[in-house]
Amino acid sequence: MSYNPFSLKGKNVLVTGASSGIGRATAIECSRLGAKLIITGRNSERLEETLSLMEDEAHSMVVADLSYSEGLNLLVNALPQLDGVVHSAGVLKRLPLKFVTEENLAELMQINFIIPALLTRHLYKKKILSTDASIVFISSVASSFASLGNIMYMASKGALNSFMKGVALELASSGIRANAIQPGMVKTHLTVLISDSEIEKDIDCYPLGRYGKPEEIACAVVYLLSDATKWMTGTLLTIDGGLTLR
Amino acid sequence: MSEKFIELFKETLEIEDDSVQLNTEFRKLSQWDSLAFLSLIAMIDEEYDVVIEGNDFKKLITVGDVISEIEKR
Repeated sequence: MSYNPFSLKGKNVLVTGASSGIGRATAIECSRLGAKLIITGRNSERLEETLSLMEDEAHSMVVADLSYSEGLNLLVNALPQLDGVVHSAGVLKRLPLKFVTEENLAELMQINFIIPALLTRHLYKKKILSTDASIVFISSVASSFASLGNIMYMASKGALNSFMKGVALELASSGIRANAIQPGMVKTHLTVLISDSEIEKDIDCYPLGRYGKPEEIACAVVYLLSDATKWMTGTLLTIDGGLTLR
Repeated sequence: MSEKFIELFKETLEIEDDSVQLNTEFRKLSQWDSLAFLSLIAMIDEEYDVVIEGNDFKKLITVGDVISEIEKR
């Protein structure tokens, strides 16, 4: 009865963006599978709420704004040896090309691409990643599936996918794996600006008839963190209710 | 405010004639589509620092309604 290839027992896992959405669901699912979590985000109140929803009490949180090197250092210095990292922090801003400015492009690229890239670099360089660690990037089908006004987000997720593949190759000899998950639309606070009627129309594009739930992405993260995927690296795992089938 | 807004509105939707008035029902314009919607929301955010969410925007019918909504914020 105790056989479970997806168990995360004995693994230390860092989850960024754990104060809401997919990051929060990931922290909760990982705790249920036995991992010891370190969760990070900018909002201490919401991080504490995530902690209260997690199983067991051995977990910890680090409030840090990773946009600044101080925040990044604060986090990295607080970390134990890690068996898993989940890059879940992200922002979404829909702007047609005419309205794209250097400032909002830089801000979005910073959060969705540069921070996960720099954090990965620090974790590797400071030897915080165990020899068989698994790195999971939360990307999006938007990396290659275009939608109006989504240019900046698409580009940031495309960059993240390419970065993941480079990391997978470069760190393979250290036994470290890197993979990315590409969810279709998952209802989180990032979707708040879209109107109800627009959402209904959009859901019609999903063969499985609905948007995803954060925990459905979290279960795929568990899979990629677990020993079940020890021979899997550099993969883009699409979970989109069939959106990109046609 | 009205005159300036109508100018910005026309520029955003790339309308070159004088067809846009306060009582224009903007969804009936031939230039109106999803991209026009996103552009208008972006223009209002950029020019007036006002973010109109989808469900609030749905209630606005005329160009004048949009102006009132911006002034309300």
